[in-house]
This record gives sequence, C-alpha cells and structure tokens, in this order.
Amino acid sequence: MKGARPRRERLVVVGNGMAGMRTVEELLLRAPDRYDITVFGAEAQPGYNRILLSSVLAGQSTLGDIVTHPKHWHEARGIVLRTGDPVVAIDRGARTVRSAAGVCLGYDRLLLATGSKPIALPVPGLTLPGVCAFRDIADVEAMIGAAHRHRRAVVIGGGLLGLEAALGLRRRGMAVTIVHLMPILMERQLDATAAGLLQRDLARRGVEFLTNAQTEEIVGTGRAEGVRLADGREIAGDLVVMAIGTRPNIDLARAAGLDINRGILVGDDLCTSDPAIHAVGECVEHNGQIFGLVAPLWEQARICAARLAGDVDAAYLPPPVFTSLKITGIDVFSAGALASADDADNLVTLCDVAGGVYKKLILRGDRLVCCVLYGDVGDGPWYVELIQSQRSIAPWRDHLIFGRAAAEAGLAARAPQMLAA
Amino acid sequence: MSSGGGGDEGGRMIRTTCPYCGVGCGLQVAPDGSVAGDPEHPANFGRLCSKGAALGETLATDGRLIHPQIDGRRATWDEALGRIAARFADTIAEHGPGAVALYVSGQFLTEDYYVANKLMKGFVGTANIDTNSRLCMASSVAGHIRAFGEDIVPGCYDDIETADLVVLVGSNAAWCHPVLYQRLAAAREARGTRVVVIDPRRTASCDIADLHLALRPGSDVALFAGLLVHLAESGACDPQWTQDCTTGFPEALAAAREAAPSIADAAATAELPIPDVAQFYDWFGATERTVTLYSQGVNQSSAGTDKVNAIINCHLATGRIGRPGMGPLSLTGQPNAMGGREVGGLATQLAAHMGFAEPADLDRVRRFWGAPRLASRPGLQAVELFDAVLDGRVRALWILGTNPADSMPRADRVRAALALCPFVAVSDCWPNDTTRFANVVLPAAGWGEKDGTVTNSERRISRQRAFRPAPGEARPDWWMLTEVARRMGWGAAFAYRSAADIFREHAALSAFENAGPVRRLFDIGALAEISDAQYDAMTPVQWPLPCGADRETSGTRLFGDGRGFPTRDGRARFVATPFRPPADLPDTHWPLVLNTGRVRDQWHTMTRTGRVPRLMAHRSEPLLEIHPEDAAALTLGDGGLARIESRHGGAVMRVHFLADQRRGDVFAPMHWTDHFTSAGPVGRLVGAATDPVSGQPELKATPVRVAPVRACWRGFLVRRSEVPLAGAVHWARVPLAGGHAYDLAGWEPLPSVLSEAWILALLGAPPDAELITYADPGGGAFRYARVVEGRLDACIFLACDGAFLPDRNRLGEMLGASVEGRARLDLVAGLATARADPGPIVCACFAVGLDTLRRAIVDGRLTSLADIATALRAGTNCGSCRPELSELLAAGRT
Repeated sequence: MKGARPRRERLVVVGNGMAGMRTVEELLLRAPDRYDITVFGAEAQPGYNRILLSSVLAGQSTLGDIVTHPKHWHEARGIVLRTGDPVVAIDRGARTVRSAAGVCLGYDRLLLATGSKPIALPVPGLTLPGVCAFRDIADVEAMIGAAHRHRRAVVIGGGLLGLEAALGLRRRGMAVTIVHLMPILMERQLDATAAGLLQRDLARRGVEFLTNAQTEEIVGTGRAEGVRLADGREIAGDLVVMAIGTRPNIDLARAAGLDINRGILVGDDLCTSDPAIHAVGECVEHNGQIFGLVAPLWEQARICAARLAGDVDAAYLPPPVFTSLKITGIDVFSAGALASADDADNLVTLCDVAGGVYKKLILRGDRLVCCVLYGDVGDGPWYVELIQSQRSIAPWRDHLIFGRAAAEAGLAARAPQMLAA
Repeated sequence: MSSGGGGDEGGRMIRTTCPYCGVGCGLQVAPDGSVAGDPEHPANFGRLCSKGAALGETLATDGRLIHPQIDGRRATWDEALGRIAARFADTIAEHGPGAVALYVSGQFLTEDYYVANKLMKGFVGTANIDTNSRLCMASSVAGHIRAFGEDIVPGCYDDIETADLVVLVGSNAAWCHPVLYQRLAAAREARGTRVVVIDPRRTASCDIADLHLALRPGSDVALFAGLLVHLAESGACDPQWTQDCTTGFPEALAAAREAAPSIADAAATAELPIPDVAQFYDWFGATERTVTLYSQGVNQSSAGTDKVNAIINCHLATGRIGRPGMGPLSLTGQPNAMGGREVGGLATQLAAHMGFAEPADLDRVRRFWGAPRLASRPGLQAVELFDAVLDGRVRALWILGTNPADSMPRADRVRAALALCPFVAVSDCWPNDTTRFANVVLPAAGWGEKDGTVTNSERRISRQRAFRPAPGEARPDWWMLTEVARRMGWGAAFAYRSAADIFREHAALSAFENAGPVRRLFDIGALAEISDAQYDAMTPVQWPLPCGADRETSGTRLFGDGRGFPTRDGRARFVATPFRPPADLPDTHWPLVLNTGRVRDQWHTMTRTGRVPRLMAHRSEPLLEIHPEDAAALTLGDGGLARIESRHGGAVMRVHFLADQRRGDVFAPMHWTDHFTSAGPVGRLVGAATDPVSGQPELKATPVRVAPVRACWRGFLVRRSEVPLAGAVHWARVPLAGGHAYDLAGWEPLPSVLSEAWILALLGAPPDAELITYADPGGGAFRYARVVEGRLDACIFLACDGAFLPDRNRLGEMLGASVEGRARLDLVAGLATARADPGPIVCACFAVGLDTLRRAIVDGRLTSLADIATALRAGTNCGSCRPELSELLAAGRT
C-alpha cells in the first residue's frame, strides 16, 4: 500500500469465547480505529456466556438469553466474524493464519483465545452415544435432549461443573448419580465440612453420590447404559456426562512452535514467545498457573487490550480467584489459596450445620488468604477484597467471619472503650 | 376494732414487714405480689431499699422445697415429724438431753422462736438451742446486759434524726441498713447533722461522713477508751449523772487510761492520724445530742462485748442515754434478731429476758411452762455447738431457717460435723448447702406465707402477715416444732392452734411475776390478752408495754431520767474494757487480714436475693477488695483471679482494686456459696475465735495470704437451667430472667479443657445436639450455641486474653428466644446491639447501669443527684445507690 493514509493494523482473534470477545470489547474502548479485526470461532454460535450454560441446562435461561455478542454486534463495529470455522494453522514467518474452511488471512497482531477442552477419561466406551462433556452449547443441547428421552444420568466429576450439570439434569427430571474420584466434593475449593454440607443439601434435592469412586468403563452396547467402577459396581445411566475438568487448548500454538507448557506460556504482557502473538483465557499459562475461572480472564482481557492499544506498561497481575456455585438455593463461595494452607496458618471457623451455614477463613499472620463460605456467602466479595489487598485484619479479627457489617459494627462498638481507656 | 388483717379498706392490700435487715420496714403487698413501702410504718414511712423493693421478684416458688423428705425420698409430714421425734427421744434416752440440739435463725418469727425455745429448754431439758444471731448480735446482747442489767436498746430511730452528731461504728448502714441511712442522710441534709464513720473500710456510708476514721481492725476498744479518757479530762463528763445513776466509772476509766492514756496513744493503736482522732473526740465531747450506731464491725469480734461496753461507757460518762437525739443504738442484722432475744432463743438466755443465773428466774419459768425438766444451765453456743457435733457430744441436730454450712466460720469443719452427725433435720424454704447433709428435710413456709411478729432494732414489734398460700406442703416452723413436741409426749404444753396463741403466751410470760425486786423491762403484758382479731390487726408497737401502759409513749426511750436500770441497785454499770487485739494476728505467713461483710443488694446466703437478676447486677460475683499497693506487691491484677488462703481453707476469687481499702486488709462479701460460685462461702476461710463473754465469732479479722492465679481465658455460659461445674474453672452464677449465666475463667490453657465432652456437658447437650460453633484457636476465641426446637437453649463464649467477649446479658436475654436465619449466626457473633451496654447495674430499682450513668453525666452535663433523678430516675426509689451516684458525679467533675 502506498499513500498518505496508513493502512490499519490487522488483528486476528482466534476464538470467540468469553476471553477473546472481552479483549476485543476492551480494545474497542481504548483504540476503536486502530485495528481491522477478524474473529474466528470454532463453535457455530456467536459469542455467549459459557458460565450460564448451567442455567440453560437447569431451564432457568434460554440459549438466546446467554448470547453476549450476536452477529450484528460485530457488524456494527466492522468486525469480521467467522463462526464454525476454526483456525487450523499459523504461519508465524508469513504472519498468516489458515482456517478449516481454507481462509488464509494475514495479521499484524494475533490473539489466541482458544480456550480449553474438556478432559476425557481414557476409559472404554468414551465414544458411545449418550456420553458427553459439559462444555459448550452442543453438549447442553445433547443433555437436554437426553433428559427428554431418558431417565437416568451419571455425572462423572464432583467439581463445580459436574455439580451444576447434575443439578440441571435433576431439574429436568432425571435421576442423577455423581461419581467422584475424591473423598469430598469440590475438593479444590472446599474443605470436608463445607463439602459435607454441600453433599447433604444436594442429596436433599435427590442427587445421589458415589465418592472415592474411580470410573473404569462406560458400559453399553450401541449407547451408553452406565458406568462401571474400579470396585466392580455398576451404575446405570442412559446419559454419561464427563465433567472432570478441562485442559488448555494448545494444539494450534504447539503446531506454530510457540513456547508451551500446560498452556501457552505468556508473560505479564500477555505476549507469547512470539511478540506478535498474544494469548488470553483458559488456553494460557502465566507464572505456572492456568485458569478456569472468569475473574482472571476479565483481567487478562483488560491488560491485553491495553497492550494492543499501545500501552507498553500494562501488566497482568492475577486477581484472587473465587469460585461460586451457580445452583439456586445452594450458596457456595470459595476464594484464595485453600490448597496452600499449612499448619502455621490460623483457621477461623463458623459452623451451623442445622442452619446450613459454614464459613472458614484462613489467616496467615494478620492477613486473610482464603475463605470458604457455605450457605451465607454475601460477604464473599469483601473477603476477596481483603485477600487481594492483604490488609491487616487484626482490628476486625473477632468479628471478621460474621461479615463486613458485623466487623465494622464491632469496631465501632469498641471505639468508645478505647477512648475511655 | 378494724376488720383486721392489716389490710386496706377493700381488704386487698396486706400490710407486713420486710424479711431482710433489722430496720424492720413496713410493707404493703398488693394482690399481685408487688411490694411497696408502708407510709404509715414508723421504721420507714414508706421508704424501701433495693432489696425490699425487689421482694416481689423473689416470690417465684420454682425450686422450693414442697414435700418432707426422709433420706432423700419424699415422705409424709407424719413420717418426717415422727422420725425427728423418735430420733430425738432415742438420743435423749441413750445420751441425755445434752446430745440433742436446735440451731435456729434470726429469720424466725417470734412465735417460731418461742416454741423452739420452750421445747428445748423447757421439755427436752437442755439449753442446746442457739441461733445464727450468735454470729450477729450476741456481743450487743452481752454488752447491754453488762451495762444495763438487761438486753436493752435505750433509744429509737427518731434519735438519728434529732441528733447533732451521729457516729457509725462498724456499720455500713448505706448498704446494710439502707432505709435508716436514708433517714440519716435526709436529716443531715435538713439540719446539718455531723456524721463520723469509724470503719477500717471507706464504705458507701462515708459518702455523708464529715470524718472517716479508718481504724485498724479490732482497735475500737482503744479508740473508745481514748475517748473516755478525753471526756474525763476535758470536762465533758457529767459527774453528777455518773455518780447518781452508775457504778464502776473509776475502774472503767482506769482501764481506759491503761488502754489509751492519751489521744496519741489511741491514735497509735488504731493507726489513725492524731488530728482526726482529736477531731472526733472534740466533736463527741462537745455534742450533747450524740447517737452512736454500731453493728457487725463491733459485734463480730473476739472483743465484741468489750467494744459494745467501751461505746456505752462513753454515753454513760456523758449521761447521754435514752434522751431525744442521744444514746448508743445497736443495729441488728436480721429481721427478728431482737425478737429472738426477747424470747430467749440464745443458748445463754433462759426466756423472756430471764437468765440461768437467777434461781428465781428458773423457778418462775419452770412454773409458767409447767416444765419440771427445765434446763438449768446455758447450752452450747453456735461455734461450740458444731464442735460438739463434730466430736460426737451432740448426736441429733435440727437446723431451722439458716444455712450454717455456708454461714458459719470454718465452714468446711461445720460441713464435716454435719456429715458425721448421726441425725440431722433441716427445715428451710429452698435446698441449700445445709440441706445436703439432712436425713430429714422439712419444707418451711416462707415470708408472706406465715403469720407472726418480728421486733426491729428499736424494740418495735410488727406483724408479718401471710398474703399467699405456702407452696406444696410447706408449713410454718412453729407448727413443725409443736408437732414434734406433741409426738414426744408434751402435747398439753404445745396446744397452739395459731401464731396468735403462741404470741399471747409469750406476752404473758414476759409479764409473769414481773413486780420486782428487779423488774424486767421486756414486758409486753398489755398484749397478753389480745384477741385473734386484735392480733390480726396489730399495728407496730414498741416495748416495754406492760399492762395498762400507753402504747404510744411507753416504749419510745428508756433510761432518759437516769433511773430504772434493771439491775439490783437500779444503776447502770460501767465496764472496764482492757484493750485486746484480735485473737489471730497477721504474721509473715499470713500477712493480710480478711474482713467480711455484706454487699448492697444481697442478703445472707442469697437463697432469696440470689434469684433476682437485678439484685445480682450490682455485684455478680464475690470480689476480693484490696488496696492497689498491696495488690501491686503481690503482682495481682485488677479484675484478675487470686487464691486466698487462711489456716482454715482456701478459695479462688476475683480481685477488685480499691483505694478505699486499708493497706494490709482485704475484704470479701459473706453471701456467696457453692451454689453461686466456685469460690464458695467465705466462711471456709474465716476463723472461729470467739468473744469470751458473748461467744460471738470473730468474722472480720482472719489472717490470710493472697497469691495471683493467672487466668489464661475467660468467658461465660448461659443456659436455661443450672448445671454443676467442676474442674480447673473459676465460675460465678448469675440468675437471668430466662435462665442462668455463669461467668467463667480458667488457668489451664484452653485446648486442655476444650474437649468436646466438656463443652457438651456445659451445654447440657447430647453428642448429636444442634450446635452453632465459632472457633478461632489462633485468636483464642471459642463460642458455642445450642438450639433446641428453634430456640436458644444454651451458649458458651470463651476468650483468651484480649479476645472479644460480648455482653453476656444480651445473650441471656435471648435464652428461649426463637432464632432463625441470620439470627442464628448473630448468636455466636455476640455483637453489641445498637443499644448501648448499660454496664454493671448501680441503681437496682430502675436497672440503671454504670456506663449509662457515666454517659449521661458527661453527655447530659448532670451535676446533681436531682439531675440524675430527672434524667434516669436512678436513686429515686430506694436511694441506696445515692452514695455511688455522688461518687460518679464527683468523678465526672474532675
């Protein structure tokens, strides 16, 4: 190109999931005219909020409700959107990408937001009809379809996703058994007490549980009929949902020769080993950490967009992660470094089994490092704030677990005594 | 004659007399049990103290003894009374009458006393009947008899209001006789009465004192000997009166000169500043209208009788006896100590102010009662009595209306005696530490459930009237005694149908053959013939009241003209009182001296007042009061725990720093028992040296040592019912409207006691109980709440040093309350509500707390008692908190 008017830079986004689209959104706020943007998406649908798939499964939302970036959104902003057409190769030397449909497109900057893939258990029967993951709209449609036609479901995995899948199917009338490898549910976010309350409350809603249960095989002839466990027990199920976690989707990056480990390696600038290629979302690995929760994604999107907009100082600092279960009437909130807690840490607990409330705070010195909340989660965000700010909680310690209002009231009540003394 | 009953015209309001101290206030009780002062009663003219005002709250009958019991099993009255009669008869047959004894009470009505005394001295044939008045008034009785020939209080309450100088000796009237104190305070306000308080402690009574002499405990005799010398040398004596009306002055003066030859000597012995002593002596010498009020600080001493006489000597020397505004005035501790003395309920008295020393008295009483086996010599006095039980001389004991397992000195020894005694019967209203030792327990009718009379400190006989039925099978003590007498074969002499029958006989005995040569002043012959209706309608009257006397004037004052002392020569007697220090003196092993006494809102061993939450709010546990410098030397902390030990026992108590406390002295209240605190009764610590004349034990001067106990946590348990507590825990129980609170502290680190079993036991919870728990081991905080059927049943809060502990009363208020949702967590949050904490209750009547008062004084710029009254009503009812209010006002000004 020749002429006075410089060509706009070309930004190609691989993946129209939540991280990729949020980055685009943030970028348009900062530098609306800087890039010609093309977005490739593997799924046929336009951008939607994956977190709300549970709500769709549970019948509380429709697919339409959860769409965040419909086609006209892209059109209005001059963005080219190619759904159902995943990028299959990157030529870093030529700075081009090629899609499954054969489209070849040059880029100045490339953003990888390929997300993650559900982990599939390496067991026989994996490919039987009636076996699915709980990751995308297609999975949800399959599960809803199965719920119409079948009676029993087995959900493998007692983590966040598995529980939401189980409750959704239960609400759709299926008898559901959760098969979980670990002794407690949501072991990464909860301790035994909270997990016990959760299991009790889910059981009250008719979900059955098998913990310490290793799946050996998905049984069935022509279609899933159940699972067989390592101890020989068989659990009947016409639908088998595998929700044992995800792993970063790094096939493309690997093929392109980018540095990878578990995920695509990025620095605080969210650049990969190729300065022209950024990466955000569940596909990345930052400081040894990979991501499955939404808050870090939003922060990555913000920082990455700033970088793309020319801010060379923008740096990603991982926010504290928190988890909340999206099951109506069952409130679970977990934030901070539960797994890293050790004997030197102080535990503060509040437990009302009959009232369905349990809280645990982990203190390291005078700092809050973790909270596990069950049944009364309203102060979760405040705890996240305290975990993030690393502010001393010493003045509030006696009331901390009862929440912000109680802590502040406690401080206020103490003030006159301090004055008097 | 009125229709009687002491009722109002509608017959609904019942007039009766307060069951607490010896002031003997008149009350009006409404049909709903609410209590008001009787404006027409001459003791109080409508006033009430905090305890009296809360009487209506003591009437709950839950927990009362309502059936006789034998060996812990319910029995019929016939079985129980039969058992006592049989065991008494067997014991007498085998070991003689001296092997049985009665231990009775200043809570007795005169009629109860009369029957008990007649049964023992007249028919069992032993004078082994003593009363807890031995712990209270025996020294005054002995002192009166030595000085006047008879146990006579010469003056009356009006004298307090017409005196120009009132000397309080060993009396914290502000707390112990609050209504008289209020009368004195009002008189002082009106006419500038000068007030001197002589007390080792700076008590609430010092609030109105022009001079406080914080004398060394037990040095009273030296101080008053010095006064007698001063009076003699300064020309303040009345030589004519002394010559005409007394004997023994030279000997008494000589002994006084021996004890305290000069003001400086008196001051040195009493460890007082010379100018203060001189000031007191000058005022006493110069003030004709001088009243000396004295109480337990005088009586409860191994030199109690000498103290009484040293005081009376000064009044005799100045001729200030029995005239308006002057005289010695002994304040009795109990509601009917005086009535018991009239009857002769002490082992050293015979009956109706007659004694064992006079053969004519013995003959007269023997004939009057028709009692050939009449005891002819004094019986065992309280301390001796329990010693005799311990060594097996007394083998059958009936205790009525008193709790010696707590109230006697060397309480553990008394308990051992009770445990060893072959037969113990106890009559009481509630189970207490003494009933635990009883073979037979008899349910007694209590205040408001029985009829009879009481006599107050100014010789005024008032009616106590029943205004409600006794619960269950509870019966009056006189009835039980009468029934036992009948079963022992003396029915004819005990044919009483009513309290009125007994009273008439008592009055008749007082007048029986009372013509001389020495007339007994205790003569209420005018009441010997009254009808039942007249008895019902009887209004308060002072004795003497012989036949034909004018009831309005006869008993007001005695000896005002210097004549009529009931001695052979008609003269009063000076008594030489050489000074003796207390029997046990501090030394290097036992360096401190323990004083004991009352607190404002409690009564005796708290069987009644300990049930009223607002009376427990003033002091929720017994505090060991100590001077801050003594405490510092012992490394004690204010509000911390300390172990106090004497030769007789030990206890862990909470320490309260008090600059008003003398160096070297500590103070602990007498009320608390094993039912209320792990510290138990202070009687465990107290020695039992007795006055050689009166036999009264020295309850206020026990050498002790004190050492800190480092509590590492504190907390409280709140629950709907009582629970036994044990282990390495200091606890004090406080009643609440809906249950009980236990303040806790421990010296074992929390995890060691924090076993699940311990917590569950305290909560009264089975292993699968519904609990809400909070634990912050690193911060040292543990909290547990037990919910039963959606309501708070119990909770425990434990906190290591520095950790937050909420207001237990707020949790207490929630006992039994429905708790749902967020409120369940608020339980263990224990947060102060929007309403500010009132703090420790100062005004018990209107439940006004210390913190509320402090805030109001500062924020509301309150400067006077009247301001406080307007703002908070505090101090406007009973007024007994007014000294504390004044202190708060003074503190607010600085």
